[in-house]
Amino acid sequence: MAHPGPISASRQPCQLWLLAMSALTLAPHAPFLPAWLGMLCAGLIIVRATQLRFDRLRVPQLVVILIALATAIGVKLDFGHFFGKDPGIALLAVLLGLKLIEVRASRDVYVAVLLCLFLLLGLFFEDQSILAGVLALAGFVLALCTLLSQQDAAAPAGAQLKAAASLLFQATPLFVVLFFLFPRVPGPLWGLPSDAFSSMTGLSDTMRPGSISQLSLSEAIAFRVEFDGAPPPPAQRYWRGPVLTRFDGQVWHPVFSPVTDTPQYSVTGSGFGYRLTMEAHNRRWLFALEFPDRAPTGARFSRDNRLLLQSPLHQRARFELRSYPATATGQDEDQHRLTEALRLPANSNPRSLELARRIADDATHPKEILDRVLAEMKTLDLTYTLEPPLLGTHSVDEFLFDTRLGFCEHFAAAFVVLMRAAEVPARVVTGYQGGEINPVDGSLVVRQSDAHAWAEVWLPQRGWVRVDPTALAAPQRIESGLTAALPRDGDLRGLMRPAADLLLSIRYHWEALTNAWNQSVLGYNDEVQRDLFKELGFREPDWRLLSTLLGASAATVLLALFAWSLRRHRRGEHLDRLWQIFCRRLAHKGLARMAWEGPIDYAERAAAAFPREARTIRMIAHHYARLRYATTGKPDQGALRQFSVLIRSLRFSKKTDDDRKPAKS
Amino acid sequence: MPQIDVRPLLEAANRIILGKEHSLRLALACLIARGHLLIEDIPGVGKTILAHTIAQLVGLEFQRIQFTSDLLPADILGVSIFDAEQHSFRFHPGPVFAQLILADEINRATPKTQSALLETMEEHQVTADGQTFALPSPFFVIATQNPADQIGTFPLPESQLDRFLMRIELGYPDREAERALLMGEDRRRMLERLAPVLQPQDLQALQRAADAITVSPRLIDYTQSLLAASRQSPDLRNGLSPRAGLGLLAAARAWALTDGRDYALPEDLQAVFPHVAGHRLRIAGEERPVPAETLRALIQSVKLD
Repeated sequence: MAHPGPISASRQPCQLWLLAMSALTLAPHAPFLPAWLGMLCAGLIIVRATQLRFDRLRVPQLVVILIALATAIGVKLDFGHFFGKDPGIALLAVLLGLKLIEVRASRDVYVAVLLCLFLLLGLFFEDQSILAGVLALAGFVLALCTLLSQQDAAAPAGAQLKAAASLLFQATPLFVVLFFLFPRVPGPLWGLPSDAFSSMTGLSDTMRPGSISQLSLSEAIAFRVEFDGAPPPPAQRYWRGPVLTRFDGQVWHPVFSPVTDTPQYSVTGSGFGYRLTMEAHNRRWLFALEFPDRAPTGARFSRDNRLLLQSPLHQRARFELRSYPATATGQDEDQHRLTEALRLPANSNPRSLELARRIADDATHPKEILDRVLAEMKTLDLTYTLEPPLLGTHSVDEFLFDTRLGFCEHFAAAFVVLMRAAEVPARVVTGYQGGEINPVDGSLVVRQSDAHAWAEVWLPQRGWVRVDPTALAAPQRIESGLTAALPRDGDLRGLMRPAADLLLSIRYHWEALTNAWNQSVLGYNDEVQRDLFKELGFREPDWRLLSTLLGASAATVLLALFAWSLRRHRRGEHLDRLWQIFCRRLAHKGLARMAWEGPIDYAERAAAAFPREARTIRMIAHHYARLRYATTGKPDQGALRQFSVLIRSLRFSKKTDDDRKPAKS
Repeated sequence: MPQIDVRPLLEAANRIILGKEHSLRLALACLIARGHLLIEDIPGVGKTILAHTIAQLVGLEFQRIQFTSDLLPADILGVSIFDAEQHSFRFHPGPVFAQLILADEINRATPKTQSALLETMEEHQVTADGQTFALPSPFFVIATQNPADQIGTFPLPESQLDRFLMRIELGYPDREAERALLMGEDRRRMLERLAPVLQPQDLQALQRAADAITVSPRLIDYTQSLLAASRQSPDLRNGLSPRAGLGLLAAARAWALTDGRDYALPEDLQAVFPHVAGHRLRIAGEERPVPAETLRALIQSVKLD
């Protein structure tokens, strides 16, 4: 750097603030950075802390340059490219760490603060939760403290924090204006190549043994639902996802389904209206309650009776839906699809096929076969478990006859295989089942752990009938959710144990808060913004209007803040205004104060002129003299009020008025 | 508030010197402000009595030095005389080694002698034969000079006048006071009977209390306005010095104390202003001290918010 020299003791507070700010900025990025990069940043911060402790530790410039080069190469190797937010953030993070260990002049501090601000903003690329907001705010306060301590190193930390918080508070009106008026761009701003929408938790479009039990470990929220009225009972809460028809012996796949604007069924029974807020899952599936009457904007019906979005869901979105759980579907299913739903791989699961043939031997009606298969599965004494053993080639055989331990996908798969072997069309449906009502705000929260697989069989006249074979072994799974269905000593995480009531309640509150945040802050998108302005009476709100409004509002806010600060500046002179009121009143009586006259002299003169009011006049003058001249600070608010009362108490008696001109007041 | 009340002191003094409450209070304020006082008036109006009264009431050790044209510095400061027994010179302190000095008719002495006293006033010590002797504390000089008598005098130059915090004039007593004076007892005899009201340590406490008197930022503003006005006035040869500004505030503090307040008001400043500023200012183009009207006009030209 251009200004070498040890960090002087007077600049120490600024350096500490800088360190705290950098640590706070980098820490939340750590989970999103490659491990080696996170460790490098942590190391650089530790080096900096050591430097501050022991003044003489200096990292040679060459080393800094080498680290920077090595990091660039590492980022290139790790991400494959330099463009996009992830490598960008990674580079910025290391740059901040490196800047930190070579901060010498105040210019370096400014650069580091700037880097921090960029990184704080960058956090929102990964995470837009309340927590991220709070962290960014905290980081911003520390950045302000750093800059403030750069100006006045001697001020105590508390004062710096207070000043920074006050600055931030003063910025609030501007921030509100920006929030409401800044033109929103539809879609995510940072849709950059390749690394956008990488991996996310959620259902996949295929199913293999263990794929859903894996998912059930995740407490992540899949979607939230707010029902217009009472929600349907848990046993009817089937949120339909991918329908899997093709089975290759190991993996279940969907078959091609054309999409239409209207459903293939006509709804019957009572309907449930609801708003579904879906988390981004980078798929086109919309997990609607079975079965919606009409597709919301941007979605269409597929031939297998589920809703598909026109493009993958890259950001949280809200849908208005109405579903009718009692609806019958697929009475007129075409033969081709039914044939698909009968196909079984050759040389697979011989024991199951054998069993199915035996069951179906003398059955006359598919319904009868269905009942017998279910009864047979029941007798097999299958156990529902979150940790089923690994299965080999004939997975269904092994599950039914050997291990007898399985999760919902095992039950669904086994059932469908048995049905198909008995010549009844059947298919696997995946999605979510149940969900949990948050008692705080009454919304239904469906988590990844609610992921489920069930089956549909096609019966003549009745069409596709939903059968949930999991209910055979664990009826509680359908009635009250996963936690209840598993044995008490099951290896579940603490939160899922009902005993942890307090934690549960905290989680409910937190999730209600998060939901509110999602709905009102993050949900304020271009559409909501447009609607808001339409409601306010702007017919065609476009970005030009918004920009004009934004400029005007920002200017107003700034002017208001300016006026406020001026007023605040003058508030110390409140006393003067009161005194002037008193002087004016006497002036109206023909006794103006001389410009040079002190308060006591003036009062004596006035007291001589108005002997009846002499006492009050003298009191006012002495009060004023004391407030004005007996203190070097600002006058006390209480004393000011008293003074104002005293001035108002001054009344001129009639007699004195007679020989003077009539008073205005 | 000061623990020591100055009112009994003033009352006692007023019994001796009739009709001069204001001048007495100014003199006392000057003493409390640790300044020296110059009384400019014709003989016989009670200058000596005033000095004596103050010394008596405060219990200060008093010395009067009558300045004449043949007075030498050593007559004031003291001399070193050879001590035959000890075979060395011994310093014999002069009359200046007292707590209250009345330097009567200071303008009669030669500038050399004048400056010997004035330097002592400033430094609070006497240096003789390479030895330094500290003066007693408190140390307060009241000098008098006769403005009417111009023959054979050496008027104090401005730079020397600056050493005095205040200059006051006593003037003739009013009719009533003079009548009481004429009818009453001999003042000198009254003085002999006068018991001290304060102890010297009380005076020091008063001086400390004056230091602690609140001067609000607004009063500082006003002081600066007054100083600026004196510097900008076309009637004056030059304005008040920063030392005069400090003196103004010190005097205003002491004046507030004599009023029983623990904070200073613009009125205090206005009350002491003519006496602190008068002898430091000269009318432009003339060798004449500023008349009281000019000083009053100066105060009235400064706006007090």
